[in-house]
Amino acid sequence: MTRYTSATPADRAEMLAAIGVGSTAELFEQVPEPLRLDCPLKLPEGMSEAEVFERLSALAARNVDAEEQVCFVGAGMYDHYVPAIVDAIAQRSEFLTPYTPYQPEISQGGLQVMFEFQTAMSELTGLPVSNAGLYEGPSSVASAGYLAMAATKRRRFVVSRGLHPHSRETLETYAVGYGAEVVEVGLSGGETDAGALAAAVDGETAAVFLQSPNFLGAVERVEALGVAAKEHGALLVVATDPMTLGVLKPPGEQGADIALGEGQPLGNRLDFGGPSFGFFCATEEQIRRMPGRIAGETDDVDGRRGFVLALQTREQHIRREKATHNICTAQALNALAAMVHLAWLGREGYRELGELLVRRTVYARERLAAVPGVELLHEAPVAREFALRLDAPVDRVLERCAERGIAAGYPLGREYPEYEDGLLVAITERRTKAQIDDLAEALGAAVATERGEFPVDITEKSPQGVG
Amino acid sequence: MQRERAQTIYEKSKPGRRAATLPAAEVPEPPLEELIPAELLRDEPPRLPEVAEPEIVRHYNKLSRRNFDLDSGFYPLGSCTMKHNPRLNERVAALPGHARLHPAQDPKRAQGALELMWLLQESLSEICGLPHVSLQPSAGSHGELAGLLLTRAFHADRGEERTKVLAPDTSHGTNPASVTMAGYEAVKVATNERGGVEMDDLRAKIGEGPDQVACLMLTNPNTLGLFDENIAEIAGLIHEAGGTLYYDGANLNAVMGQSRPGDMGFDIVHVNLHKSFSQPHGGGGPGAGPIAVSERIEPYLPRPQVVRRDGDNGHGPFFDLDLERPKSIGRLRGFQGNFGVFVRSYAYILSLGADGLAEASETAVLNANYLKARLAEGRAGERLPVAFNRHCMHEFVLSGKPMKRELGLATLDLAKRLLDFGFHPPTVYFPLLVEEALMIEPTETETKESLDAFADAIERILAEAEDDPGVAKQAPYTTPVRRLDEVKATRKPVIRQPL
Amino acid sequence: MTLPDANYPDDLLYHDQHDWARLEGDDHAVFGITWYAQDSLGEVVFYDPPEVGGTVDKDATYAEVESVKAVSDVIAPMSGEIVEVNDALEDTPEKVNEDPYGEGWLVKVRLTAPEEAGALLDAGEYRKLLENA
Repeated sequence: MTRYTSATPADRAEMLAAIGVGSTAELFEQVPEPLRLDCPLKLPEGMSEAEVFERLSALAARNVDAEEQVCFVGAGMYDHYVPAIVDAIAQRSEFLTPYTPYQPEISQGGLQVMFEFQTAMSELTGLPVSNAGLYEGPSSVASAGYLAMAATKRRRFVVSRGLHPHSRETLETYAVGYGAEVVEVGLSGGETDAGALAAAVDGETAAVFLQSPNFLGAVERVEALGVAAKEHGALLVVATDPMTLGVLKPPGEQGADIALGEGQPLGNRLDFGGPSFGFFCATEEQIRRMPGRIAGETDDVDGRRGFVLALQTREQHIRREKATHNICTAQALNALAAMVHLAWLGREGYRELGELLVRRTVYARERLAAVPGVELLHEAPVAREFALRLDAPVDRVLERCAERGIAAGYPLGREYPEYEDGLLVAITERRTKAQIDDLAEALGAAVATERGEFPVDITEKSPQGVG
Repeated sequence: MQRERAQTIYEKSKPGRRAATLPAAEVPEPPLEELIPAELLRDEPPRLPEVAEPEIVRHYNKLSRRNFDLDSGFYPLGSCTMKHNPRLNERVAALPGHARLHPAQDPKRAQGALELMWLLQESLSEICGLPHVSLQPSAGSHGELAGLLLTRAFHADRGEERTKVLAPDTSHGTNPASVTMAGYEAVKVATNERGGVEMDDLRAKIGEGPDQVACLMLTNPNTLGLFDENIAEIAGLIHEAGGTLYYDGANLNAVMGQSRPGDMGFDIVHVNLHKSFSQPHGGGGPGAGPIAVSERIEPYLPRPQVVRRDGDNGHGPFFDLDLERPKSIGRLRGFQGNFGVFVRSYAYILSLGADGLAEASETAVLNANYLKARLAEGRAGERLPVAFNRHCMHEFVLSGKPMKRELGLATLDLAKRLLDFGFHPPTVYFPLLVEEALMIEPTETETKESLDAFADAIERILAEAEDDPGVAKQAPYTTPVRRLDEVKATRKPVIRQPL
Repeated sequence: MTLPDANYPDDLLYHDQHDWARLEGDDHAVFGITWYAQDSLGEVVFYDPPEVGGTVDKDATYAEVESVKAVSDVIAPMSGEIVEVNDALEDTPEKVNEDPYGEGWLVKVRLTAPEEAGALLDAGEYRKLLENA
């Protein structure tokens, strides 16, 4: 018996007798003999629970996480504080272990959470229709492309270079399949080049994709940029960061047809990139083209309020090859975590957190830009992340900061060759003023050292690699 | 489970209440308009609920009690593999080294995570019998899309453009939906009297244009819980036509350590880590759908790919993210995949080991056949005959057609009445091929006692229906709500709380 | 008005895919789905009408009707150009169930091949088809 099975030899004998076979091997005879494995898998023997724990703890210990290093890295996922009640609620068996709510009478808890989540996302984005969640951010962008094609019968996407590089690449991957063309529009002063965008959009354009704040942290003038889309009957798709919508104008009030994004900042841990969830909101007009699960309100036979999965004929299990999407997961547990986090923040707390992020971000931006050898990459308004230029090799500066226990940011050169000297710095409510000041000092020392100057901070202990 | 009018968290809101306290700003606090142009600022904050922490906790605890879950009872939902979710896996996934690791961390400071991913890739490769694995797809359907995009890239690289993807009429709805998303035409293949692929129909569909066949998508054992004995011949036909063979791994729980998709001739396999590898279903996600592929498909795998590089100068191996993949189909999502799911599934594989995985599948098959035997007795045997009468693998399908004809009880009624007996019903009305279908997958983690209790409940429901079919037709009675008006919910959808 | 029992008016022509046509004048017809079709589908929750001015081809799909858990293609019994669609069904799709031959009509068409009527079934033939199914 394995740890998780319970058929004793006596059980097995009784069960085999009831089936009318002598051994389980007879049951596997339907597998043609040459296809039956005749030796064990080449995997280790099973381990005790304690051994598995130690083995995985040892692997975990070889990672440098945000408890060991002060994390100024963002680029789509952020080191926010997740309130204790999120873990307590999301770890309850009743939320952790059920399947998708196919039997609504015994799934009211999960369905109502979806309904509450949809309400919250609709409020955040300023759009009336929300689904119950998609896999994560970039694939949600690709899903918006599929919707836009169905809605407009066109096959051309115009994409801002400020859209997350992973989103752009995922959209391209999907577009090869469903046969669409992706045209990119560059940035100017950190913001999407409005002239280039207007020139790129035409009557064949299915959708225009923007991100605000964009990958460089700039808050985009979505409404103005969106005019070109409106003029040509293309959908305006806006990716956004849900932690900024307490203060920033929601996409729905700026003409977006679809607002979506990576949901991780709400109640979800970093987890080296997942699982998290994608949110996806749209105008009323797109409700029957939405991807994913949607919970709806109704009554039971006694007139009692209840919730069910609504508009299921959109979905693969009914419409098969004509479905609006192939997805059947809603990242329900991750969406629950987001909902609990949002309820915990509440209306005022959510706004205050947004304000806190803006103020600390602006402080950090000014503080760091004052460091010799460091300047702003752009001067557009920012909300929680900003881009710098370093007068020193970014990787080496990052390495020096890492040695002082600081993950100073994301090197833009990884995806933007034009910003080889660029560093993207993210702020969360966990990043205190003292930590920001430490970062300024570490960055200053690292840049100075790399520029061959005498270290600014004489207490710095990094004699190696001078010059 | 309590029965009171459902109130959303928004209806419990009162202005001025709150749960969160935030850190002080510590930095200058000018008006926001001085930092961001006023026209880019929001006029009013979103109307999130205003509730203190004690009420939030009560609210969601109350909601939780309006759910049925795997930890509370038997959940024989066919095709979903509702096996036990070990709590050890939750503990290791929550270690800060996993949970608070930023996905953009420099690989040299994420060696443990990358090694874990590499080890999981190696394990899944061995279990599937295919040499290469990408962990990136986020779910089974995402893996399907990946597999079809890989197929497209594979053919394009040979200067071919093919248009059709075949799948049996018993296939999961995700298969044809993925086919369309990947820009192909879905073509149905008929099922034979043994529940497998109808070979003549397959030959005919290929014969219509072998050079147009891009792929055949198959689940084996199939959605009837039956292993297709002709798999070697099927693989031969598809490969001869130049197509790829795709394995929908939804039913992998039947064959771990017993038989391998790669050995059956499949080129691409997706693995549902939330089914066979114990990731909790979470009420509908998260999961993960890694794919294993043959040598000829490898060049096109999504990027980044986790690789193991030999260390130099006596250093150990280095685990890295390989972004330089010129023939890759590209990314399917952000960062590296659902790492938290990888941690849980790898913990599960370590816990069971080679023998344990084989035994899990063996026991899953034993449990399914035992329950099938129990349900062949008595009233169930008469009213709910098995759709294909042969030994099954990990699941089986019954037909409620005689029950409906003789007792006036639809499969849906039986399913709803099971709720009153404390069981989650099987999957109903799937596969479409079987009238009034009930698809039952007990999994290996259920005891014989659970299986007996379930069979006894079905017997009691049928006996009760012989006296008065009205009881089941109005069921359930004991749940937080009773049958819901789905027509109303879809005619005039109310999908958010009015505020 | 509701129609609890099977009903196939004699003044209509029927297509074997469970669609009906009511000829109006020499070259117009109204289309809809039969009692049998709406009964098999269950309560209709949504009708996605085609665009006025579009063409329909005999035996081809021109629209979809949906119940909660099924989608049904609607087949044109004859060919023509759509001159009117039943917009009222947007708010009251249940009329397709309650009054399939009246308020539940789907489109009005200017026929391009009125002679196609000859290939359709009369009520008696359609009833026979259902009995033998």
